[in-house]
Amino acid sequence: MGTLQSLSDEPEYRELAEKTGFSFEQIGILHKRFKQLSHNENTLRRADLDTIPDLACNPIRTQIIEAFFDKRNFHQNGDGTVEEISFEEFLVVMSHFRPPALNMTEEQREKVRREKLRFLFNMHNTDNDGTITLEEYRHVVEELLSRSGALGKETAKGIADAAMLEVASISMGHMEPDEFYEGITFEHFLKILKDIEIETRMNIRFLNMDTTTLCNRDSSSIR
Amino acid sequence: MAALWHSTFFLVMVLLAISRPSLASQAGNDDLQMGTEHRTNKGTVNGTENLITTLPIVTWNWQEIKFPYLVALWILVSWLCKLVFQLNPSLTSVIPESGLLICIGWVLGGIIYWADKVQTFKLQPFIFFFYLLPQIVLDAGYSMPNKLFFSNFGSILVYAVIGTCWNAATLGLALWGCCLGGAIGDIDIGLLQLLLFGSLIAAVDPVAVIAVFEEVHVNEVLYILVFGESLLNDGVTVVLFNVFNAFVSLGGAQINAVEIIKGIISFFVVALGGSLVGVIFALLISLLTRCTKNIQIIEPGFIFILGYLSYLTAEMLSLSAILSCTFCGVCCQKYINANMDKRSVSTLRYVMKVFANGSETIIFVFLGITAIDPSIWVWNTAFILLTLLFIFVFRFIGVFFLTWILNQYRLVPLEFIDQLMMGYGGLRGAVAYGLVVLLDENKYKEKNLMISTTLLVVYFTVMLQGITMKPLVTWLKVKRAAVTERTLAEIIQNRTFDHILVAIEDISGQIGHNYMRDKWNNFEERWLYWLLMTPSARKSCDHIFNIFHKLNLKDAMSYVKEGERRGSLAFVRNETKADVDFNKKFSGNFSAMMPYIMAENMGSDHVPVSSILWDSVHSVCLDMHEKDLKMRESEDFNAHHLLEQHLYRGKKQHRHRYSREYLEVNKDKNEVQEIFQRTMRSRLESFKSAKMGVNPPKKISYHLKKDQPQKMPNGKSTDNRKSHAYGKEDLEFSEGDSASGCEAAGGSFPMRAHRGAGIVNPAFNAEMDPMPAMQQILPWLAEAEVDSSAVVPSQRAQLTLPCTPSNLHRLAPLHLTTHSFLLADSPATQDTSEPPPPPVV
Repeated sequence: MGTLQSLSDEPEYRELAEKTGFSFEQIGILHKRFKQLSHNENTLRRADLDTIPDLACNPIRTQIIEAFFDKRNFHQNGDGTVEEISFEEFLVVMSHFRPPALNMTEEQREKVRREKLRFLFNMHNTDNDGTITLEEYRHVVEELLSRSGALGKETAKGIADAAMLEVASISMGHMEPDEFYEGITFEHFLKILKDIEIETRMNIRFLNMDTTTLCNRDSSSIR
Repeated sequence: MAALWHSTFFLVMVLLAISRPSLASQAGNDDLQMGTEHRTNKGTVNGTENLITTLPIVTWNWQEIKFPYLVALWILVSWLCKLVFQLNPSLTSVIPESGLLICIGWVLGGIIYWADKVQTFKLQPFIFFFYLLPQIVLDAGYSMPNKLFFSNFGSILVYAVIGTCWNAATLGLALWGCCLGGAIGDIDIGLLQLLLFGSLIAAVDPVAVIAVFEEVHVNEVLYILVFGESLLNDGVTVVLFNVFNAFVSLGGAQINAVEIIKGIISFFVVALGGSLVGVIFALLISLLTRCTKNIQIIEPGFIFILGYLSYLTAEMLSLSAILSCTFCGVCCQKYINANMDKRSVSTLRYVMKVFANGSETIIFVFLGITAIDPSIWVWNTAFILLTLLFIFVFRFIGVFFLTWILNQYRLVPLEFIDQLMMGYGGLRGAVAYGLVVLLDENKYKEKNLMISTTLLVVYFTVMLQGITMKPLVTWLKVKRAAVTERTLAEIIQNRTFDHILVAIEDISGQIGHNYMRDKWNNFEERWLYWLLMTPSARKSCDHIFNIFHKLNLKDAMSYVKEGERRGSLAFVRNETKADVDFNKKFSGNFSAMMPYIMAENMGSDHVPVSSILWDSVHSVCLDMHEKDLKMRESEDFNAHHLLEQHLYRGKKQHRHRYSREYLEVNKDKNEVQEIFQRTMRSRLESFKSAKMGVNPPKKISYHLKKDQPQKMPNGKSTDNRKSHAYGKEDLEFSEGDSASGCEAAGGSFPMRAHRGAGIVNPAFNAEMDPMPAMQQILPWLAEAEVDSSAVVPSQRAQLTLPCTPSNLHRLAPLHLTTHSFLLADSPATQDTSEPPPPPVV
């Protein structure tokens, strides 16, 4: 604990806290975790995340890891992917999952909501063309169902198609028979998910307590 | 209103019918006994075995039948009351049903009291706890939204355990303080008894809460908090009650630290033990349903009986029966729903609701009836008013305080308005009454005061708070539950969230809810599914897939409906395949025959079917009509009804064979034959009449293709693949088309070879037929076309094939798979010799 206290005095931390909204303690813990994952390097690579044992059985693992290396999620105007991320970028991505503050105005709530949904949208929209195409959506569903092997690709495709058609019908209403639905735009994405209270759901609890030592999720076996 | 008065009158009559005999029976009881004695004496004196002199044709057997008869009548009366309420929704929108039922109870109680001069009917604790409560609790557990329940489990536990203890303690102490202060007057009651009273009245009642909260649709978190609390705190309150009851028996002097510690230990043992018993029974049920496949009729019965046994077992071990039953329902629901046959599941759901709703109704009616009895009423204004006040105030204080603590830890804090609703939703109910009646009159001098106070508290909370709940919810703008149907896209997104959250927790090195849940899910999938689910159920337990499956079914049904609307039997007859996984079934079939359709279709009309048909195209062709979307949302029921209506109904639809073990679906070969023969006969008939140049007795509709707006019959299907299975190529489904198509393509059906062997419906295949055939208008059909505006053609008339008998023979080999065609042929040819039916003017 003593080390954490001294860390919080660093100006770098204060800056990060302002930028991401995490508390000093949380930043300290996350920093520790970052070091642990990156083997005490200053940057984190894909391979470091790939080796987290608990992630191994997560069906959409690759998409999530990809999100950490996606420039669109860094709050800077850029796109494309990077090979390695610094701690600051790591924190910025993490901050998408911060629980909302207790008393928010309606506007703030809407802003948080849009940010969170944008993160999700970017995750599905891999080629950054502004729409989630059917191809991309199929990929998502396929991965989602990949753990329940009995279902198979065909079903996943069917489900994706069905969902896509549903989205199309919700967002576009009537369309001519020869019209094509290009894909889900961000506006449509907001529309179909308007009933899900994303601002209260897409959160995780960032403890002020250090639990990293409790869970064996490091690639210690590899080291 | 007339209906209301009518039924009210009827109710009163029924009631009089109940109470009169009981009155008469009491008066005539002695008489009757005398009579039997007399008769037996006579019999023994005479030494003959024959006790009656003449054979009575009818006898009045009221005494033997009295008890079950009364029970049945009571249930009938309560349900009739409910029926009456539902007749005028304006009443139920103001006063909640539970309140109305209590009012009815008062009226009925009044009538009984007036007739009998004594209150004959009371809510007996034994009956309440062993016959009325279990099914309500089981139903509540069984239909508990598990994910929501367990993700708020911590909060629920805090409210249920600490909140209830707080309520009990504060009420007891506060009343005691008032007693000492002399505010209440001279009553013989001690601190322990007041604490006991506090503990029995502290618990929020699940029956009342469900009844009220089901009508106001508050948001799901608030609902689960109130509902979960009410379920779990019943367990707590029973435990507290028992502990304090024991303390009172011991007497104040005997209670020392050891006893208090024992009490606390017993509290935990009872609560946890009860839950454990429930979990064990849930395991048993799940294991049992693995192997009940062959006795589907009694499958649902197992659930009830084991659920009931879990209640009784816990009671026998003096553990918390309510907790046991709740957890039994909560834990087993997933597995039994997966293991049992679909019909059994829906039976179970229905019967569960019938029982729960029924006993809920009876409980409320009896709560009303019980009040109409002067012997239980002891009025003590100060005591009653203070109790009401304290209950109300301390409930709010408790909720606010506990929520404040919880909000420090909750990820999504509870809002102030939600807290208000939680406090206000603290309805008391029958459990409190059941407990208070259980008290021993010798030990508790003021038992009647307690009873009357409890009754008043119940009335006050259920009636007043129940009535004001709805306006309050609207006024405070409490977040309501989302009423919209969940879309597949939302479900997929939800699933994605779950995985993302787990992954982020993994990466950030936190142990949170998601992490724990993920670990549990893995454990469940690996071990529990293996242990508790049948192998077939295991495969299809994926949530997304199930939703997909459901949507598919719905689509298929609306598809049938659409086909029906357009008057094609081809749809209807293929209905039975609707629940088949369309992907697998048709992708093979269809790709084989695609070339034909494409080649023949493209020539005449230019609908870009290809956009949907080929997987290589990455966009969805949206040829969807809005009405189709609505149709998709149409209720299962409607679709079922439609299917039912329009499927063939042979003469011998039901084989009257009674079996207790199986519900038989008719698969009689003869019937299929019969249907087929009749179809063929009618075809021939209408053919004849057409050929004779008269209107057929049954009108043939003929829609010229071009007259119709281009419609994709399958636009509403969410699944592309399914859609091209039937008639993608934009044909009309009216029989005229298919008939002419059939005629033209008569000799060789290009697709036929590619169809699955099971598909033999000529109309079906005709739809796949090449377009050019459609353009011809057959001469004998031309006049029938005039009628097409006024079509509601009968099914069979539509199927009519305007073929000559020789054509029929040509077609015959194609239909051989049904085996009945040839048989059908002979009566059909006989028909030709008959004179043509008279022309229809």
